[in-house]
Amino acid sequence: MREQEIICTICPAGCHIQVSGQGQDIKSIEGYSCPRGKEYAENEFLCPVRTLTTTVKVDGAEEPLLAVRTAKPIPKSKLFECMDIIRKERFRVPIEQYQVLIKDLAGTGIDLIACSERKGDPYDI
Amino acid sequence: MQEKRYDFEVAVIGAGPAGLAAAIAARRQGAKKVIIIERDTAPGGILQQCIHAGFGLSYFQKELTGPEYAGRFIKQAKEEGVELLLDSMVLNIEEDGTILCSNPGKGLVYVRAGAVVLAMGCRERTRFNLRIPGTRPAGVYTAGAAQRLINRQNEMVGKKVVILGSGDIGMIMARRMTLEGAKVEAVVEIMDYLAGLTRNKVQCLDDFDIPLLLGHTVTRITGEYRVEGVWIAQVDEHRRPDLSTERFIACDTLLLSVGLLPENELTRAAGIRMSAATNGPMINQYMQTSRADIFACGNVVHVNDLADNVSAESELAGRSAARYVLEGFPKRNREIPCTAGSGIRYVCPQMLSVREEEDADCKEDQGDGRKIEGCGTITGDREEIRLYFRVKAPGAKTTLTAWCGGRVIAERTVRRVNPGEMEHIDIHAEILTGAEDTEITVEAREVG
Ligand SMILES: Cc1cc2nc3c(=O)[nH]c(=O)nc-3n(C[C@H](O)[C@H](O)[C@H](O)COP(=O)(O)OP(=O)(O)OC[C@H]3O[C@@H](n4cnc5c(N)ncnc54)[C@H](O)[C@@H]3O)c2cc1C
Ligand code: SF4
Repeated sequence: MREQEIICTICPAGCHIQVSGQGQDIKSIEGYSCPRGKEYAENEFLCPVRTLTTTVKVDGAEEPLLAVRTAKPIPKSKLFECMDIIRKERFRVPIEQYQVLIKDLAGTGIDLIACSERKGDPYDI
Repeated sequence: MQEKRYDFEVAVIGAGPAGLAAAIAARRQGAKKVIIIERDTAPGGILQQCIHAGFGLSYFQKELTGPEYAGRFIKQAKEEGVELLLDSMVLNIEEDGTILCSNPGKGLVYVRAGAVVLAMGCRERTRFNLRIPGTRPAGVYTAGAAQRLINRQNEMVGKKVVILGSGDIGMIMARRMTLEGAKVEAVVEIMDYLAGLTRNKVQCLDDFDIPLLLGHTVTRITGEYRVEGVWIAQVDEHRRPDLSTERFIACDTLLLSVGLLPENELTRAAGIRMSAATNGPMINQYMQTSRADIFACGNVVHVNDLADNVSAESELAGRSAARYVLEGFPKRNREIPCTAGSGIRYVCPQMLSVREEEDADCKEDQGDGRKIEGCGTITGDREEIRLYFRVKAPGAKTTLTAWCGGRVIAERTVRRVNPGEMEHIDIHAEILTGAEDTEITVEAREVG
């Protein structure tokens, strides 16, 4: 049996939720105050995921870096592997907002996308 | 050098989320010429370096990163025809509303405006503000400065890090430095509770097994040229370090995340009344300062933990500024103070403006029981006036009460309170009809 206390981060109430189970099997789940919290705790127990946000190097723009993120949350266990891949890449302007920069990041099936566009106009982000 | 002069209806200082939202709202309210003056080379304010997600959950019902959140407002500002003067540092606001700023290309620029919105944000407290003893080596950064270096300028600041302060910026930087390959030895917090949001503790510290040391502080910094380590110790109930518990942590970098200070040099110089509790200008329910033509919003008023709150209150400031220019409203009238009662650190707005009975445009009760503008009523921009406040200490289930002249005018019970998370209570403007020489007090009482 594995027991875990999970602090729900869906809303500021921050409920402490106790989950116990084995492998992919949840035996009990207590302490949540709403269905969203229950779902969060289940996922967090079985396969915790996070949106990775970082930067990539960009050539041809005024600033050397561009903020990027994974299009969807990726397994927490893959964060460092993804960082190693992203760190080695370089991109060139122009880049559109939400343009895919790296497809299927580290075999997660999830893409790395640009948070802002990069062009020349200072009014552009 | 030739002087440049421009005329605008509304001029906003600062292009962070506060300034952007205020300028957009001023245009939508009908102001034709609206400008934002910003000292940075790009709009977006602090959000340009806040590349993490966690913005927009309440405003857009969608979780966005800082640049995405700011980007939405930048796009709207452009669509609404808001003018933007970048790379321009505002130096002074003169008595007639003329703003003096300096721009590397244009030289000195004068912007004359019918109403001014202050949206300068805040700056970080430094080692100087804390008076940490020890040597003065390289490697001591404020967390936000390190964030800018790493996220915008591509400069890594260190390899082995101790972070002082458990505010959101500190925790977010703990994760950021870890992902970039540094080792964060500890986050040290003098209080016995977390300063920032719980979700940041979970996702920034717990996820990476970074120890959080509550009730501890940094007592000394050592190192000749570069930081070689810091000494930390437990603190007693008066927050004084107990030197018998002192221990050494080897590190090359110390990040300070020990609070923000609203950036109010311009405000003070303009002779605007300040609040000692927030270090920002005192404002009324229209975000109007003690100078009728100057409004303020965002972190310059009080330090906000959520950009979403900033956007909402900044729209109000922008609308009010436009109304001031177009309709001469809000006028400054008699004011009821809003004060912090037991368990509360400060309340914002600090005062509510009441229109007097004798007002020429006073309209009587319309028969439906609701009074409209004037007649001694408080006329909020909306029907409800939202009072923002912070509690002094964390607590479990707590009742938040607003009192006026011995009466409860609003009450709300929340499941837990934390000084790091701003609370609010809404009061109905009509309830205060006829309220005289009184004040509104907000109180927090733990109920179990
Ligand atoms: C590191 C960090 C992490 C955060 N994380 C979150 C989060 O996850 N979720 C969330 O909702 N909120 C978060 N916040 C809070 C949120 O970002 C702020 O509340 C918000 O950015 C405040 O907006 P602002 O426009 O008042 O200030 P700012 O964004 O600081 O903008 C002020 C602008 O004014 C300009 N300025 C100042 N003085 C002058 C002058 N004299 N002349 C011309 N221009 C001037 C500055 O250059 C700046 O661009 C975070 C804040 C920080 C610092
Ligand atoms: S369980 Fe529901 S109420 Fe509790 S923190 Fe999660 S989302 Fe909020």
